[in-house]
Amino acid sequence: MFDSAAQHLPARPGVGYKPQHFKDILENPAPVEWLEIHAENYMGDGGRPLAQLRHLAERFAISVHGVGLSIGGEGGLDEGHLARLKHLCDWLKPASFSEHLAWSSHDDTFLNDLLPLPYTAATVARVADHIDRVQEVLGRRMLLENPSSYLAFQDADLAEVEFLREVATRTGCGLLLDVNNVYVSATNLDFDAEAYLADFPVELVGEVHLGGHFADMDDHGAPLLIDSHGCEVVDPVWQLYAGLIGRAGPLPTLIEWDNDVPDWPVLAAEAARAARILVPAA
Amino acid sequence: MKESAFTQALLDPDLAVPTGLIDAEGRPAGRRFSVYRNNVAGSLIEALEQGFPVLQKLLGETYFKALAGAFLRQHPPKSRLMMFYGAEMPNFLADFPPLANLPYLPDVARLEFALREAYHAADAAPIAAETLAALAPERFMAARLHLAPALRWVASKYPVWSIWQANTSGGAAPQMRPESALVLRPGFDAVPHLLPPQGADVIAALHAGTTVGQALEQAGENFDITALLGLLIQGGAITGLDEDCG
Repeated sequence: MFDSAAQHLPARPGVGYKPQHFKDILENPAPVEWLEIHAENYMGDGGRPLAQLRHLAERFAISVHGVGLSIGGEGGLDEGHLARLKHLCDWLKPASFSEHLAWSSHDDTFLNDLLPLPYTAATVARVADHIDRVQEVLGRRMLLENPSSYLAFQDADLAEVEFLREVATRTGCGLLLDVNNVYVSATNLDFDAEAYLADFPVELVGEVHLGGHFADMDDHGAPLLIDSHGCEVVDPVWQLYAGLIGRAGPLPTLIEWDNDVPDWPVLAAEAARAARILVPAA
Repeated sequence: MKESAFTQALLDPDLAVPTGLIDAEGRPAGRRFSVYRNNVAGSLIEALEQGFPVLQKLLGETYFKALAGAFLRQHPPKSRLMMFYGAEMPNFLADFPPLANLPYLPDVARLEFALREAYHAADAAPIAAETLAALAPERFMAARLHLAPALRWVASKYPVWSIWQANTSGGAAPQMRPESALVLRPGFDAVPHLLPPQGADVIAALHAGTTVGQALEQAGENFDITALLGLLIQGGAITGLDEDCG
């Protein structure tokens, strides 16, 4: 066992941890004050990944972000995977655990993507049951993240914010608000991102995500934004974020950059941009 | 929505986009669904590229991408741990007729997968070399070794170690001969070593829990146990030993 650095995420900038930045983070972390890891990458039995993580956790608050639990799945949760998550959280004692409003597996096939759900009362009940189970096994409150959407469901009858609020009310979970996802979904499904954020229950938000996307087009020439985490956060997303922080006050804010990962100074500069927005709000 | 129809259509681009999926104006989702198809295939292909860099080098980027696309449709992941995706690659390659003229590829895939498993294996402190050195030879021959969790080996009819070496650090061009590789992880980096002839049999016997003496009997008189022990000790691969009391 070892002592983790913090029991909660500071309302400061964090970044998604990439092993190539290990040395830079230890030597020159500013302005980054906490790190997020993808849970599944640290479910091996040992070796460098766990050794690095242990080292980092002694200095930084860590957020464990699951990408494979399939909380929105039609079937039951994978109890074996849940046990692995518990093992990781018991060992690491992270400051936060979060997962996605999505499904990612069917029967015994894992699809390695965050797949969309129809927002209906039946889906609320299923997702709430699964979150109850996760929180029971992990013995902690989790945060649920809003997805990036590329399409809608004919038989859906709830708005996403309504859906998230209902799930949080039933389960007591918190929310992870990904502002880039809001912008991507708003563009793709033609709704107002400002109105979405104005309606969002900010008192339940335990963490904010910011990331990059790229622009494509659908069959009719309409813009289709794709959440890629492969570039800088765009200005309209920074503006939405500044508005959110202005209303809600400072929140732990993560820069997500998972593909075409840049050198540390580029990532640190994105975190510094978040820091400048967070400071006046403090 | 039915997950099963969605899943089938994700993995098979020849299938129609599932019904009930629409855009903001209520029109069929069309290529919006392709975003998910591309994400799934793209992320799995990338995992295979990262997991089998030498295969990718041997086959070329374009060919490997196509091969990975065929592989993922036949073997979508069964585990949520992408670090272990691709375990079926050796057998897939062995049954892939277009590559039958490159019969060493399955063993190269085995070696690359063994390196990945070793990288993520449990840590284990090696036994001190002095402890082994202090043991009388007859007691050592009667002992059973505990091998590190990271230890792996690949026995091949082909020069699997030389092929790996030539394609990672530019070693000499491989000569056609059988080779076996021993994967050790003394610190955090898994490294394949060339085993002497019969070395894989000795390692397999030791791993199965025979005594050192029994393992050596299988290898014949000329087998150089000193060299193999040196390799195991340097690689931090002996983590303990049991002496037979009965």
